[in-house]
Amino acid sequence: MFRLLRYMGSYKKETVLAPLFKMLEAFFELLVPLVMASIIDVGIANRDNGHIIRMCLLMAALGLIGLVCSITAQFFAARAATGFSAKLKRALFAHVQGLSYTELDTLGTGRLITTMTSDINQVQNGVNLVLRLFLRSPVVVFGAMIMAFTIDVPSALTFVVTIPALSIVVFGIMLISIPLYKKVQTGLDRVLVATRENLTGARVIRAFNKEEKETADFNEKNEALTGLQKFVGRISGLMNPVTYVIVNLATVVLIHRGALRVYGGRITQGELVALVNYMSQILVELVKLANLIISVTKAIACGNRVQEIFKVESSLSDDAKSVPDKKSEYAVEFRDVSLRYKNAGADSLSGISFKVKPGQTVGVIGGTGSGKTSLVNLIPRFYEATGGQVLINGSPVADYPLAYLREIIGVVPQKAVLFKGTIRSNLLWGKPDASESELERALATAQAADVVAAKENGLDSPVEQNGGNFSGGQRQRLTIARALVRRPEILILDDSSSALDFATEARLRKAIAEDCGSTLFIVSQRAASIRHADLIIVLDDGLAVGMGAHSQLMKSCEVYREIYESQFGKGEKADAV
Amino acid sequence: MPSKTKTLSKILKYIGIYKLYLIFSTLLAAASVGLTLYVPILIGDAVDLAVDKGLVDFEGLGVILLRIAVVVAVTALLQWLMNVCNNRLTYNVVRDVRRDAFAKIEILPLKYIDSHPTGEIVSRVIADVDQFADGLLMGFTQLFTGVVTILGTLGFMLSINVGISLVVILITPVSLFVAAFIAKMTFSMFKLQSETRGEQTSLIDEMVGSQKVVQAFGRQAQVQEEFDGINDRLEKCSLRAVFYSSITNPGTRFVNSLVYTGVGLTGAIAALRGGISVGQLSCFLSYANQYTKPFNEISGVVTELQNALACAARIFELIEEEPQIPEPENAVELAAPEGSVGLEHVNFSYEPNQRLIEDMNLSVTPGSRVAIVGPTGCGKTTVINLLMRFYDPVSGRITVDGNDVRDITRGSLRRSYGMVLQDTWLRAGTVRDNIAMAKIDASEEEIIAAAKASHAHSFIKRLPQGYDTVIGEDGGGLSQGQKQLLCITRVMLCLPPMLILDEATSSIDTRTELRIQRAFAKMMEGRTSFIIAHRLSTIMDADTILVMKDGHVIEQGRHDELLAKGGFYADLFNSQYNI
Repeated sequence: MFRLLRYMGSYKKETVLAPLFKMLEAFFELLVPLVMASIIDVGIANRDNGHIIRMCLLMAALGLIGLVCSITAQFFAARAATGFSAKLKRALFAHVQGLSYTELDTLGTGRLITTMTSDINQVQNGVNLVLRLFLRSPVVVFGAMIMAFTIDVPSALTFVVTIPALSIVVFGIMLISIPLYKKVQTGLDRVLVATRENLTGARVIRAFNKEEKETADFNEKNEALTGLQKFVGRISGLMNPVTYVIVNLATVVLIHRGALRVYGGRITQGELVALVNYMSQILVELVKLANLIISVTKAIACGNRVQEIFKVESSLSDDAKSVPDKKSEYAVEFRDVSLRYKNAGADSLSGISFKVKPGQTVGVIGGTGSGKTSLVNLIPRFYEATGGQVLINGSPVADYPLAYLREIIGVVPQKAVLFKGTIRSNLLWGKPDASESELERALATAQAADVVAAKENGLDSPVEQNGGNFSGGQRQRLTIARALVRRPEILILDDSSSALDFATEARLRKAIAEDCGSTLFIVSQRAASIRHADLIIVLDDGLAVGMGAHSQLMKSCEVYREIYESQFGKGEKADAV
Repeated sequence: MPSKTKTLSKILKYIGIYKLYLIFSTLLAAASVGLTLYVPILIGDAVDLAVDKGLVDFEGLGVILLRIAVVVAVTALLQWLMNVCNNRLTYNVVRDVRRDAFAKIEILPLKYIDSHPTGEIVSRVIADVDQFADGLLMGFTQLFTGVVTILGTLGFMLSINVGISLVVILITPVSLFVAAFIAKMTFSMFKLQSETRGEQTSLIDEMVGSQKVVQAFGRQAQVQEEFDGINDRLEKCSLRAVFYSSITNPGTRFVNSLVYTGVGLTGAIAALRGGISVGQLSCFLSYANQYTKPFNEISGVVTELQNALACAARIFELIEEEPQIPEPENAVELAAPEGSVGLEHVNFSYEPNQRLIEDMNLSVTPGSRVAIVGPTGCGKTTVINLLMRFYDPVSGRITVDGNDVRDITRGSLRRSYGMVLQDTWLRAGTVRDNIAMAKIDASEEEIIAAAKASHAHSFIKRLPQGYDTVIGEDGGGLSQGQKQLLCITRVMLCLPPMLILDEATSSIDTRTELRIQRAFAKMMEGRTSFIIAHRLSTIMDADTILVMKDGHVIEQGRHDELLAKGGFYADLFNSQYNI
């Protein structure tokens, strides 16, 4: 949490001024009992009406000055807190932009989103509270003690004993309850997960007749949560009564000692009242503090979650400054490449070697989980190969600046994601300065011209978040067009034409070959999509079990033949297609 | 929206169970507030006994101080007990509400669940109930004691001196006006802040949600720019909202200091005339401090309570939702069905004015394999919904072994089917737990045998902890195909008499699919099965193929017959096989 405070850097002035003005306010407030003492000792004792009125005006003036000070403090506090959180958000967002796929996988999208929204808001609240209120309390508490000393040292010694006792109680209860609150939160999470699962899985749960067991499980979790809540409640409920007892017992001692001092003529009655007032100011302040503590502890916990994300560094280095020269006639080459994901038990790819010339088409086929996507993800360096080398134009991918690498490679991922905006704004992702004709050409090649034509506003038709207003096939063709706008040297279609019918898909492949001349990688489960490729890589459990052209593999590769036959039936039929 | 009074009476019904706590809490609150207010009087009395040099009544002082100590100790004890009572009361009520809400979820008709976003229902059970609890607890602890404190203080003050009390009564409401005025002023700023924040959240949601695409296109800089734009706007408007709203406290504190001054002035003048003693004046001063505090609190509590009431109304709406039709008393328990299934003149629609299935008739003999094909939205999945009795037909009837399904217990009907859906559903837990869901007491050997039959064993084996690997909610970390394999394993394990496969292998590669189907075929020998599939290659050898279009069965027969007929099915088949 505390490392985050460096984002306060440019608000140094505010972070000093806000508590300073708070202290001024507290200081003026602390003068009030002294004025009151003067009213009693001078005004009432001497029957001086004028003095009483003057002193009351002074009190009103002190109140007004206090108001001005505290509004000033609030302003600086608000500015520091909002400025801090804006900077922090910006930095966090930028940090997330720079993470590589590996870190994104580990952290998980859900976690990132909650941290960037709700956690950061909690931190902002916490900073605001600390600047505005948290610093006030110690000032009032210690200020009251100092003021008591100015009145009478022996009586004031009561404060010296009281304040540490109070701190022990307040911070002790806080320390005990923080981990308990965390447990409550976990308990609530369990209840939440159970509820959500029973909604999303309603069909399965009912199909398996699990309603009664689910209800029993839920009640158990619910009961555990309630037990925890009651337990924490009992402990944190001690705060007010215990502080109340301490402060009032201290008052009793104070009056007793004070009375002795009054008897001895060392202090006046009015000063005794002032001492009692200071004690009760401490109590009022503590009650406020206790209410704040929960919010501040929450803010600290959230701040730690934010810090955790900052700690995660991108595992991809991006040191290359210039684009290396072309050193080979092969566009893409894999040399004994293997890949093991972080925390995985086994390699997802191992010993993959192949070479592709510019303009050639590579088909990647294999079963579920055989490593097809992993293989193509290594080309734009989304992940770093854990063994061997991936080369583009003869140089290892790590020698290229990342931005350049991703510019010359077009990727159409499995999941067709479109962003909120218009068709045009989505296509411009591929090339921000693309002209109208470039967009149209890409759409035509992607077989998506009719999708746009069917819309009333053409290219400027709105796209909802996630492209919700387009069908799966339409989304796929638009994402393909998006990748084509930049006319990439290398184009990767990661199972991204699965929602297209065979005829459209065939037209698409033909158009890409004629239009772009890109080196093309097609990942597919459908043999028909890749059978015409120059090179087909057959993957099984991360191993390349076959490599070559269709006719060759039909003879030599058992796995390929099985895949093919599972889709086309046996022998003669296949050739007829 | 149900009226507030109705909601309130429902809340009271829940609270009613814990009447005793409520009574105790009320008594404790009254007693502890009374004692709290008594303390300043005692302190005032004590101060009055220490008048001046040599003028101190130590004997009297000792008695009073002892009394203070006792009163304070008792007060603190009462306060704590009150806190405990309130806590128990609140959390018990909240637990009961959650329990009832969840119990309702289990018996809600699927129609309700399908038509309401999950997040919305979850937020009712979690966030709304939490908000309700906060409001309830605050109401109990602060509202009641606040009111008692105000009334008590007034009473004590009036009993000491009427004039000074009037000063307090007249000035205090000013702080309420100040608070209300600022709240009204800042409302629009807060609205703007929350709108801008919403905008930012949705950008984060969209971009971070698709972070990989953002990086694949190297769009980080542009996205960051967009984010910064919103962020700057948010900073500006939240500065205003935060600052203006934070004036409330100093404002009311200023009013309080005016009250204090007023008491000081009138009190001192009264003391001059001998109306009150100095001790009484000090007592008044501490009352003046105490008296204004609950006013500020109460205004906060009232908004909180209104919010809590609104939340409660939403929860009760869920709790009172119409449940699914209960089973008849004499419902039949389907023991070992032979597996003949019949649909007679079945009509069904999700929306009353949009007909979906019309006059569907079907008679399935035990042990036969029925395939259902047709374009998207033709009603294939609806048929499954009806067979499993997730929905009931609008008219007509569905029978199993000659019994109307409405006369069969839901439990035994669903136990008779093994179901694998296209939408895989896995829960947070280990792989083993997920597989053994239908058969909790399954042995290790049974589980592994099932996983081998579904070809899931080899990938499970490679997971970090094998069968004990914990998977996240909804199978996080597994690919769609792996999730489907696990769902199939689940059914393989319990071997029900009838089988429903709704696009069960759509994400699995064709080679594995073929193998799984062989396993299914072996397993399903002599068992009735219903199969929905996109890939026609997987259903060619079904006993009956139903071709559906717009809620009607337009063709029915074996693969060869339908192909020979040259109708809709033949077109469909050819479109998949010709490039």
